[in-house]
Amino acid sequence: MVSSSSSRPLQLAGLFAKAAPAVMSVGLLLVAWELYANYSGIKPTILPAPSRVFEQAMLNREALIDNAIPTIRATLMGFACSLGAAFALSMLVDFFQPLRRALFPVFIVSQTLPLVAIAPLVVLWFGFGLTPKIMLVALVTFFPMLVALVQGYEATEVEIGQMLRAMGAGCWRVFVLARLPSALPYFFAGLRISITYAVVGAIFAEYAGAAKGLGIYMLNAKNNFRPDLVLAAVGVSAALTLILFGLTVLLQRLAMPWERIGRQPAGKGPGR
Amino acid sequence: MSRLELRHVRKAFGGLDVLADISLSVGAGEFVSILGPSGAGKSTLFQLLTGAEHGEGEMLFDDTPLDDHGRHFAFMPQRDALMPWRRILDNTTLGLEVQGVGRQAARARVAPLLAEFGLAGFERHFPAQLSGGMRQRAALLRTVVQERDMLLLDEPFGALDALTRAAMQRWLEQMWRHHRWTALLITHDVREAVFLSDRIYVLSARPARVLREITVPLPRPRDPTGATAQQAGALEAEILDILLNPQPSKGHDHD
Repeated sequence: MVSSSSSRPLQLAGLFAKAAPAVMSVGLLLVAWELYANYSGIKPTILPAPSRVFEQAMLNREALIDNAIPTIRATLMGFACSLGAAFALSMLVDFFQPLRRALFPVFIVSQTLPLVAIAPLVVLWFGFGLTPKIMLVALVTFFPMLVALVQGYEATEVEIGQMLRAMGAGCWRVFVLARLPSALPYFFAGLRISITYAVVGAIFAEYAGAAKGLGIYMLNAKNNFRPDLVLAAVGVSAALTLILFGLTVLLQRLAMPWERIGRQPAGKGPGR
Repeated sequence: MSRLELRHVRKAFGGLDVLADISLSVGAGEFVSILGPSGAGKSTLFQLLTGAEHGEGEMLFDDTPLDDHGRHFAFMPQRDALMPWRRILDNTTLGLEVQGVGRQAARARVAPLLAEFGLAGFERHFPAQLSGGMRQRAALLRTVVQERDMLLLDEPFGALDALTRAAMQRWLEQMWRHHRWTALLITHDVREAVFLSDRIYVLSARPARVLREITVPLPRPRDPTGATAQQAGALEAEILDILLNPQPSKGHDHD
């Protein structure tokens, strides 16, 4: 039914061509799922059809939105904390190299902790409020950003550093003028990885205990034998993640205009 | 009178002798080249001058020992070292910014030079949008507006293609005649050294020492085509011979 795009302006056609494979693969998957759920005789309490999931999502949209808000709050606050901590620590590590050797093993160990074990403990220690959610989101998103930042500082062109020092710049000036902007592409790569963990981290924390939130909503729906509502909540969390991901891409475009503009005329490469 | 004077400067990294014995001087308004094979430690010499490394021997500027390094030299590194995230105008004011000059004042100092450096109309461009030659001119502009006593140019045209390099050499010679910067150029390009310099120090392979000091007798403006071209050619051949057949040491395969 959508095959009349050949007369569209070139840009739109290009966008469509780019999105088409993704749309088609997701569409095919949904169609197959729908057919299987309808014709295999499987019970909707085991595997509901996507049409039913959508229908139920619309019927329960108020409850879904109501439960999505605490999840969004926990995600954003946890992410903000982790961003702040990663930035502060990355600077500390950049200025005092020995700290790197002292701290990195600790961070790496923090990444090996299974969330299944940690989440209930954190809830046990800090209660059912916002604090444990923020902590868990921060725990899962902190490390990729820290590594990205530290690596980004290291990627500063040696000659730019030499030149700045010859100009009379101290460590701090070199950091602000050269190391920080050099780290931006790395930072955004880390941010994109982190943001995809963030929502999942918040949901996990809620799963372990919360008054409200997508995680506890999923748990309750499961216990009530409503897989359709579990999947509806999954759809909401997926949409949240995609939106956050899109925001980071947008932010990168705004923060790094030279990446886009600089590539326009056929010049030489980035010159590393 | 000589502004920069080096006496028996040596430098070793670990057990590796890089500079064996370097004595040289650069006079006010003089363009001097250090010519040597790749890997001879030429850049190490600049690191000593800018204070990034410390060696033995005496380094004097205006007859006082060099200690407060950054003050005398404006340094132009190999490749352009332009910051990809800064527009051309902001790249050229970088040195002034580091010195503490306000943004407006710094831009006002750069503005009248933009045309002369062939960058007028490109102030708002990012480095990646410019050709190699233009980037190099922007890097030189960033260096000269610092208004330091002396320019240190470390193989500034090494990364350019041959044609652009030749054009940039002619342009630099012309610019130098207008401004009479005191300049020390590092290069391994014999033609470049002869074309641009008043004097040339020919260095040996590592550990580097001065093989020969050569005064270039060619009149300015340097004419790459006329009668003096032959004289330049003869000088180039002589220098090449010194570089390729240094009396006692082993051979190497550089141009």
